Amino acid sequence: MLDAMIYALPFLMEGLWITVLVSLLTVSISLVAGLVLGCALIYGPLPLRLFTRLFSDTIRGIPILVLIFFVYYGFPAIGVDFDSFWAAVTALTLFKTAQVIEYVRGAVESIPRGQSEAGMAIGLTFSERLTSVIFPQALRRFLPPWINGVTDAVKGSALVSLLGVTDLMHAINQVIGRTYEAMPLYVLGAFIYFVINFSLSTLSRRLERRLSHVQA
Amino acid sequence: MGYSLNFSVVWRNFDKLWGGLALSLELAVISLAIGIAIGLVLAVIYVSGGRFTRMAIAVYVEAFRNTPLILLVYLVFYGLPQIVDIRYDATTSFVATLSIYAGAYLVEVFRSGLEAIPQGQIDAGRAIGLTPLQRLAYVRLPAMVRISLPALSNTFISLFKDTSIASVIAVPELTWGAQWINLNTFRIVEAYLVATAMYLVTGYVMLFGLRLVERRFQVARNA
Repeated sequence: MLDAMIYALPFLMEGLWITVLVSLLTVSISLVAGLVLGCALIYGPLPLRLFTRLFSDTIRGIPILVLIFFVYYGFPAIGVDFDSFWAAVTALTLFKTAQVIEYVRGAVESIPRGQSEAGMAIGLTFSERLTSVIFPQALRRFLPPWINGVTDAVKGSALVSLLGVTDLMHAINQVIGRTYEAMPLYVLGAFIYFVINFSLSTLSRRLERRLSHVQA
Repeated sequence: MGYSLNFSVVWRNFDKLWGGLALSLELAVISLAIGIAIGLVLAVIYVSGGRFTRMAIAVYVEAFRNTPLILLVYLVFYGLPQIVDIRYDATTSFVATLSIYAGAYLVEVFRSGLEAIPQGQIDAGRAIGLTPLQRLAYVRLPAMVRISLPALSNTFISLFKDTSIASVIAVPELTWGAQWINLNTFRIVEAYLVATAMYLVTGYVMLFGLRLVERRFQVARNA
């Protein structure tokens, strides 16, 4: 059993790199897009608000796996051509963006109205109120669920294996295809994913506990 | 470039999607039921248990929550029968996996529900002479169900979406139905368009239904 694990490790490390890359791309692109669209959902004009709400609700209602296939097979039909890696990243990013939009909305809406009214009263402009009153406070409500959500991105990235992208999940299956020793490799793979995600969720919990002190 | 949509083959094979949707719902409901049983038992044990039992339950919860579902599905279907002498078909294997996965989430839901019950209610139960078991059955569990209902319905909808992963071990649910149509007719865009719409409509019908139920059983917040 140990032999199989040691034999597999170099392959798995290559796969792990792709898993990390997919997760990082997903998380960082969706953070930017989610922040912009999240603000559009709260402060934008009505058509933009409706569009963002529709986007978020639709994307979140589709299973990630279906979304991945949809982007991979569907986008080339409308003329957007990309390889499996970018199709996977696009699909995961769309899903994550919708989640980030909701985190942003939740965080900003948790700030009492009085805060922004006070900003108005002392003559701050809209963008000043955002950057020096709302956002610094909303950040505390945003960070813990967002970091916790990164674990979803890492878990979701395992689905890219179905498009033939050699991530950790795909590397595991490839090694099993050669050695026929399924159990040790799945356990090892589960352990690697666990270590990454458990560290992230522990970080999120710690942060939440620390930031909740500030709230008082 | 142009691509002209042609849904006729999708409608001709619609039974694959329709039957798939029914199976998806069935998988979600059964897994939810077993998951509730696991979650309920472990949550009650957790809040009244000692250090060691709490630790054991926490290990279960963290292990399953931090691993991709697709890996667990493979592990149970391909890995487990290699080391223990059990045999099961793909559907049974998937239900087992999703149930244990759901259980890990529901322990947390029920545990926080149990811990959110105001101490006064439990004290009141004690004051009128209820035994610990009666307090659990008549005071804590009913209150907990009300508190956890929103999280419970969210879990149900997540599970419904997670059933799409059963397609990787060829369980003939909705996503597999779309793949079947693709393999046999190459009308992949149409197949996924229809399947996606079916997931969306079913998901939102469930969501609105469950929100109505929640409103009916809402906790009186400022009582």
